[in-house]
Amino acid sequence: MSDVQHGLTVDALAPTRPTATQRGLRWRPPLSAAVIAALAFVVLLCIAVAAPQSISFYDPLRGNFLQSLQPPSAAHWFGTDRLGRDVLSRVVYGARYSLLIGVSAMLISVAGGVVLGVFAGLRNRFVDEAISRVFDVLSAFPSVLLALLVVVFLGASMVNVAIAIGLSGIPKFGRVVRARARLVREADYVTHAFIYGRTRASVFVRHLLPNVLTAVPVIATLDIGTAILAVSALSFLGLGPQPPTPEWGVMLAESRDVLRVAWWPSVFPGLALTATVIAFTLIGRALQAHFERRAR
Amino acid sequence: MPLLRRILVRLATGALVMWLSVTVAFLALHALPGHIEDVLAGDMNYPGLHEAIAQEWGLNRSLPVQYADFVGKIATGDLGTSYVMRAKVSEVIASQILPTVELALLAGIIAAAIATALAVATSGRGEIPRSIASTLEMVLTSSPVFWIGFLLLMLFSFQLKLFPVSGGDGWRAIVLPAITLALPTSGLLAQVLREAMERALEQPFAVTIRSRGVGETAIRFRHMLRHALLPAMTLGGWLVGGLLGGAVITEKVFGRPGLGSLTLSAVTSQDVPVVLAVVLLAAFTHVAISTLLDIAYVLVDPRLRSQ
Repeated sequence: MSDVQHGLTVDALAPTRPTATQRGLRWRPPLSAAVIAALAFVVLLCIAVAAPQSISFYDPLRGNFLQSLQPPSAAHWFGTDRLGRDVLSRVVYGARYSLLIGVSAMLISVAGGVVLGVFAGLRNRFVDEAISRVFDVLSAFPSVLLALLVVVFLGASMVNVAIAIGLSGIPKFGRVVRARARLVREADYVTHAFIYGRTRASVFVRHLLPNVLTAVPVIATLDIGTAILAVSALSFLGLGPQPPTPEWGVMLAESRDVLRVAWWPSVFPGLALTATVIAFTLIGRALQAHFERRAR
Repeated sequence: MPLLRRILVRLATGALVMWLSVTVAFLALHALPGHIEDVLAGDMNYPGLHEAIAQEWGLNRSLPVQYADFVGKIATGDLGTSYVMRAKVSEVIASQILPTVELALLAGIIAAAIATALAVATSGRGEIPRSIASTLEMVLTSSPVFWIGFLLLMLFSFQLKLFPVSGGDGWRAIVLPAITLALPTSGLLAQVLREAMERALEQPFAVTIRSRGVGETAIRFRHMLRHALLPAMTLGGWLVGGLLGGAVITEKVFGRPGLGSLTLSAVTSQDVPVVLAVVLLAAFTHVAISTLLDIAYVLVDPRLRSQ
């Protein structure tokens, strides 16, 4: 009895070898099924942007009144809307607007954030203070309010929506880049480059910028989804592209009137939007995990 | 006295952010000369109309004079008169603020409840609950707010006829808008809460508590939640600011009155005094929340008190 008990205690106390899983050695597929699906969806989106006619059979703008509000069928997979237009074709053509506006907004945020962030992180305290307050002001506005102000000031159009969303995304990138720049400028390799007699400009271009910019791609990918959501909200409010443009937000706004009788004009564009945002989020996270693993 | 200093710096920065926000908005709205008169005149046009409008609202004065006048009035608590509604801006805001605060509060409570339930139920309980939770969170955070509103409307108003389609009267009218506004927020919150809880569950003190025989759910509610609260509070504070933006959309979907609807109509009709008041309110909310958060951190985490 006591032997058994003794044996048990020793067993419990003995340093067990960590299992393969605990040591992080378990084999993992390089890409999970979800990420592969996300990549495939993005490829599909790219086809829809570049050649929408190849995956849709109808004109997204021309409707047939006799065919209005048809439920999904073999002829119209996603049904038809109030004006008898094919919802599938409109969703496919809509990818172009949502994606292009979303990506341009992201690029504006990246450009603004990188320039301001690098300056704030490198220059003297006053520049840093000033730029940090700019970030504070930009983020003190709820992004919808900021976007509303910009759109009303510049007028409702696709370009202006991109500018509006892009502006409100600047602090997100700016703060990360600033923090990174402050880290990198203190790094040994930067000091060494100066000791070797490199000029400020050369150190900036060859050492600082590349190391600061590594922080950007992950947030940029994740930001595409956020930007696409924000764009759809503005077009839903009637501040972006105008009907009959087959933009997803516009389609959803139009579907509000027929919500009582037909679910398909609102469900499918919404699904497309959600799937797009999820796809970019999944890819962004996979990138993030990849970089984190490499950094270790 | 470092604490007093910190509070003063905080207040000064807050005032600076508010002043900068409202100044930027003021300059943007007044940047195009004659623009405000054009919008206010609308389709009407006869000789002298634009001049009369400019005269009435003092828009014919130079920009620095208008700005000085505006800042001077704000300093005395006067927000001006609405160009469109011809009523005191403070009264217009006061009449619309309650429905939005109700909506935002209720949405905040629902979001926190959903996030807590999700985090307690799924953190550190193996692969399957985790993947269910993260999928749910991902779908919630990736769906447009107004689309969630549409889906809820279709299910609960048109199919089940449980709640009214639109309007702002009675408790039934606020249920769907509040849930709509809460769902995306709850997804984000749940994500942060769950990750923080999983980190806390790996700490040695979790083993100590378990060794006392505390159950798995009790340990999460009583001990882990408090540890996970800090990162969730940071995000939560940020989300409260976003609720105003969300209110613009939610109020539009459900045809509710409130600050969101007011903002949308004021911005589109160039009702400058109302827009500036909303900007001021938004900046104030932002500053107030980040200040309150700093105090709340210390209350939640005793470790921060000694510093």
